[in-house]
Amino acid sequence: MSQLTYLKAINRTLAEVMRADPRVFVLGEDVREGGPFGATQGLAEAFGEERVRDTPISEGTICGIAIGAAQAGLRPIVEIMFIDFITLALDQLVNQAAKAHYMSGGQLRVPLVLRTQGGAGQRAAAQHSQSFEAWLTHVPGLKVVMPSSASDAAGLLQSAVADPNPVVYVENKALYFQREEVPDAVAPIPLGRAAIRRPGRDVTIVATSRLVAEALAAAEQLAGEGIEVEVIDPRSLVPFDLEAVASSVARTHRLVVAHEAVGQGGFGAEIVAQVQAAAFDELDAPIERVTAPFTPIPFSPPLEDAYLPGKDQLVAAAWATLGYQIGG
Amino acid sequence: MTTDAASSIIDAPVAFSLLRTMWRIRAFEERVSELVATGEVPGLVHLSIGQEGVAAAVCGQLRHDDAVYTGHRGHGHALAMGAPLDRAMAELMGRADGLCHGKGGSMHLVDVAHGLLGATGVVGGNIPLALGAALAVRLRGGDQVAVVFFGDGAVQAGHFNESINLATLWELPAILVCENNGFAEFTPRSAHTKVERVSDVVAPYDLASETVDGNDVFAVYAAFGRFLARARQGRGPMLLECLTYRLRGHYEGDPARYRQALEVAEWQARDPILRLERRGLEQGLFGQAEVAAAEREAREAVEAAVQFARQSPFPARDQLFVHTYAEQE
Ligand SMILES: Cc1ncc(C[n+]2csc(CCOP(=O)(O)OP(=O)(O)O)c2C)c(N)n1
Ligand SMILES: [Mg+2]
Repeated sequence: MSQLTYLKAINRTLAEVMRADPRVFVLGEDVREGGPFGATQGLAEAFGEERVRDTPISEGTICGIAIGAAQAGLRPIVEIMFIDFITLALDQLVNQAAKAHYMSGGQLRVPLVLRTQGGAGQRAAAQHSQSFEAWLTHVPGLKVVMPSSASDAAGLLQSAVADPNPVVYVENKALYFQREEVPDAVAPIPLGRAAIRRPGRDVTIVATSRLVAEALAAAEQLAGEGIEVEVIDPRSLVPFDLEAVASSVARTHRLVVAHEAVGQGGFGAEIVAQVQAAAFDELDAPIERVTAPFTPIPFSPPLEDAYLPGKDQLVAAAWATLGYQIGG
Repeated sequence: MTTDAASSIIDAPVAFSLLRTMWRIRAFEERVSELVATGEVPGLVHLSIGQEGVAAAVCGQLRHDDAVYTGHRGHGHALAMGAPLDRAMAELMGRADGLCHGKGGSMHLVDVAHGLLGATGVVGGNIPLALGAALAVRLRGGDQVAVVFFGDGAVQAGHFNESINLATLWELPAILVCENNGFAEFTPRSAHTKVERVSDVVAPYDLASETVDGNDVFAVYAAFGRFLARARQGRGPMLLECLTYRLRGHYEGDPARYRQALEVAEWQARDPILRLERRGLEQGLFGQAEVAAAEREAREAVEAAVQFARQSPFPARDQLFVHTYAEQE
């Protein structure tokens, strides 16, 4: 065990997978210097500049090169510095990576990982703070992973690299410098297996990425008020562990779904739809959603703080499923 | 390089093999045109009639461990790489025995066993993929090369420009083959850019590039051969611009009102198959009987492919779900 940040856990795992498999290489903007946060720091020194490749600002082509290399049998890890810029790579991701296996009748494989990071709260304004995971979950052929802790970041990254499909691995910049105890050797965490972060009998909260910690804080507060909340982190959105959520709802009969992305068309809507189909009879109350409002992300600190969903909304939403209205 | 110089490196077997490949493509495409008209080949179909020389000259020099990417007008490239006619035809008809089991169709022929790694319907989207294949050669070691075919229309796309920059920066063993047929869909090149020649677009990057008469199969063969020799040594990238013309509409069913009858007639006179036959006969590379046999055998093989495809079943409905995700090997 050692104290590691989320970022360091990613950095250490990148080095481990590169050491274990010579087919793995990294490419992206400024990756030799470590990128703006340091996720790839030290890799160029350890593995050389052939395997840690700085690229120009050409997101579409970088992504396409990774796809071509993956089809040729390598295991690229391509970094898109901010998920906001994934727009420029979506053509390659959606039209090439996601469907090459299907369109070729199984001849081609695209075992690539696209690492990127989203999330607000850093006063980075509307083009460096967004949460776009729902777009990616809409594309058959892609897998989508969102680690919420350092240990999960390490375990999920290993599985993403080993997966024979294109996996989009979405980090959250607000989590980068959180420290936790991480085992010295983290086992791979299979994609599609949710984690119960806190067991509880009264209300289930399904939360992703940064909102997992908010959900745990809400659960702590609610415990003081006599409400036991179960917090589930799906960890990967595609594949999604419906079984874990539905069986939790069968115990609690109440569900809150939470993510930092805007609600409209968000992945939370998909979770709601899947749960009501799988466990309608178990629900004792309408499912509540906690999401960002349907606006761009404002720069001004008080406005951004008002934008970000967090513990207070989760507490209110949990009470709402219990039939109480809290706050406005 | 002049045609005379080029023809000195093309011996009789090569010349005849080029002719046979071109006839296979021509016969295939002509038959596909009929099958589109009768509805047996569904969907969007872009034929390469008139452009066969490029496919034959380029693919005829490649190996099955090279990586070729093509686009929406890719039947000829697939066949010239050695994709079996019958499975290609079955793919166009959406049958279970198609190259991609009916999941790809005309715009997405893939035949990994013969080095055809992909065909994209998103113009320009294939160019980065070829760079990735070339990078894989670099990282793994080997003398394989990556080749990507695209049209003049793709040159104005962001992917082309990003790719030229990256391929030259990283000196990737990739050969970019542009079939400049003067049109993107219904619009002449002059309406899309001020730069007429694709080789001029890339001039600042200081890469080896050449513009050749794409309807002169010997010229394409010679120029591509020079590039290939360098790429086999790990050098690159290179850009080969082949000036050519599609003798059919953009897609089957396109009335092609945007073209002048005179222009079409001029290009018909420059039909790459006619030119090869004329030259081959003149230079004694093959005889009249061989010319006739090349065409006849091609048409027979295509007919057999049509029969094969017709007998192949449509994929079972449960195939809808197969191959959405790859399984761990
Ligand atoms: C990104 C994109 N935009 C538009 C289209 C529609 N489209 C299909 S083919 C084509 C013209 C392509 O011209 P060119 O690259 O010269 O190839 P050619 O058809 O002449 O062989 C267009 C615009 C497309 N398939 N992809
Ligand atoms: Mg064109």
